[in-house]
Amino acid sequence: MNIHEYQAKKLLKEYGVPTPDGFVAATAAEARAAARNLPGPVWVVKAQIHAGGRGKGGGVKVCKSLDEVERAAGKIIGMRLVTHQTGPEGKHVNLVWVEQGTDIARELYLAVVLDRGAEALTVMASPDGGMDIEEVAEKHPERIFRATLDGGHHIWPFQARKLLFGCGLSPEQVGRGVPFITRLLELCVAKDATQVEINPLALTGAGDLIALDAKINFDESALKRRPEIAALADPGEEDPLERKAAALGVNYVRLQGYVGTMVNGAGLAMATMDAIKQAGAEPANFLDAGGGANVEMVRKGFEIMLSDPNVRGILINIFGGILRCDIVAEGVVQAARELKLDLPIVIRMEGTNVEEARRILNDCGLNFTTATSMGEAARLIAEQTREARP
Amino acid sequence: MSILVDENTRVIIHGITGREGTFHGEKMIEYGTRVVGGVTPGKGGRKALGVPVFNTAAEAYAATGADTGVIFVPAAVSADAACEAADAGAGLVVLITEHIPVLDMVRAKSYLNARGVKLVGPNCPGVISPGKCKIGIQPAYIHKPGSIGLISRSGTLTYEAVHQLSSAGLGQSTCIGIGGDPVPGLKFLELLQMFRDDPETEAVCMLGEIGGDNEEKAADYIRESGYPKPVFGFIAGLTAPPGKRMGHAGAIISGSKGRGEDKIAALADAGVTVIRELGRFGQTVAERLKK
Repeated sequence: MNIHEYQAKKLLKEYGVPTPDGFVAATAAEARAAARNLPGPVWVVKAQIHAGGRGKGGGVKVCKSLDEVERAAGKIIGMRLVTHQTGPEGKHVNLVWVEQGTDIARELYLAVVLDRGAEALTVMASPDGGMDIEEVAEKHPERIFRATLDGGHHIWPFQARKLLFGCGLSPEQVGRGVPFITRLLELCVAKDATQVEINPLALTGAGDLIALDAKINFDESALKRRPEIAALADPGEEDPLERKAAALGVNYVRLQGYVGTMVNGAGLAMATMDAIKQAGAEPANFLDAGGGANVEMVRKGFEIMLSDPNVRGILINIFGGILRCDIVAEGVVQAARELKLDLPIVIRMEGTNVEEARRILNDCGLNFTTATSMGEAARLIAEQTREARP
Repeated sequence: MSILVDENTRVIIHGITGREGTFHGEKMIEYGTRVVGGVTPGKGGRKALGVPVFNTAAEAYAATGADTGVIFVPAAVSADAACEAADAGAGLVVLITEHIPVLDMVRAKSYLNARGVKLVGPNCPGVISPGKCKIGIQPAYIHKPGSIGLISRSGTLTYEAVHQLSSAGLGQSTCIGIGGDPVPGLKFLELLQMFRDDPETEAVCMLGEIGGDNEEKAADYIRESGYPKPVFGFIAGLTAPPGKRMGHAGAIISGSKGRGEDKIAALADAGVTVIRELGRFGQTVAERLKK
């Protein structure tokens, strides 16, 4: 789960990690008032969206007067900000963060990531701040320093020193910078943050480290025990259909195609999307109805898929296992009747009582086709939607 | 033979009195798995599924001589249960639960690794050596004893592949669901090593998916070691968009890392027979092994 920069900076501050002072604003007037409460004479106005590259897209403005702050905020609030991470449609800006300008001597890079190979949180630092780190990693791998945490989650001060000396800081600056890193890791462990990027990390003229930007990503599996983090989610940042699916408890990701899919199990759901593509059609979504796949879940799944105007047909793929296929089939028929489904639907089921399930589906009088294998199911739905595709 | 579990494996069910533990425990016993006891704090001294229940794992393993634990407890306390099993002397822990906080797994793995305890899962169907021992939630009837080793990051996708193998007349030595989480226990590489040393296993199937680089590491190992047995691979998620979690917490393309096509290329380069169409998986393996 991602949060906004202004929320991340507030969290950093709580943990004693230095960030520039600032306020969040929803209107140009609020932005001006915010700047008036900061010393100046330089302020930065920053669009609050969940995407990087805001500066290049015109979402960040350095201002030298209150009038400039007001003008910049007026321009940024309400704009559709397009960056390399938003896609061509961009993201609507509702809020700006107005902060005190920082006297920057140097820009560094700092990140905490979950290293899946090392099975540990890992801190990465580089003297090349303000750049795309993947690019630095490719061109100058020797300019990225790493520390893998002890037991996966504990940092020793020597590790922080090693990173900061690596970035070329003086002994005095390193001494003052170590707590920056150790406190940041405290935050990660206490709040189940599994990814933090501070880019740039500024070294000020006075020799202190300060976080000029902050992106924090939290482990969704831990949100139950971190309700204060869960409360920071911004529903406006999500696809409306994905938001609706989440509210219904359905595991759904929207794609660009026109064949809806409903599958039990995430791996099989991905494989089903791939099979649709191989059959020459385009999948409209990922939808994992879960191992249970009961009537209620099937009905919710249909509801979500039908809310996507691009969907021209649906492929249902259920590997029953310990589920009884006839019960799932009855659920599909019942849900389809309730929702008055008239799209072509291809169903492939495997498991206990599958013959009975096929009979129920074939005899129900709805626009259902049954398939006996995944390949056949994908070919059938591709054929049945070919004419109707958008 | 087989790997990890067989007819001699003695199993403790952690959470034996809970809904999942009861339901799947019963099916495991039905299959012939030697379940020798269970753990539910506060319910020690009772019997469940015909075996004694203990308050602590330490008592359970000491009293029964168990060597393996299967965890059916809620996500919030799963990592704790895994460490408790390791502390009590389990050599293998099978962790079925989904949605365990990843930093809990980071700590638990560090604890288990320090004690040389093997872990399967979390977020997985479990492990089965057909005809001998089933630990987990797999439907028993799709499996058949035989000589194919199978390793998979998924649940129902595994069932699909196993079902196809069995239907094509290919039984399995051991099938392991390694789970869909970012920090899993045993991975492709370690399990490939175990299958190499298992005389009963003639070929290995690996079902991977987007996210992480465990398939790539396995590919490096297969190439560098001149792996002596045929390996078949499948990768799910070729149509998944980057930056989106596809159901499994570990199934996410981050930046340019974890893409399906890269995994397929790495496996193919290592001499693995990559099967792109899941519907033809069992058939393709059968055809290749006949030659």
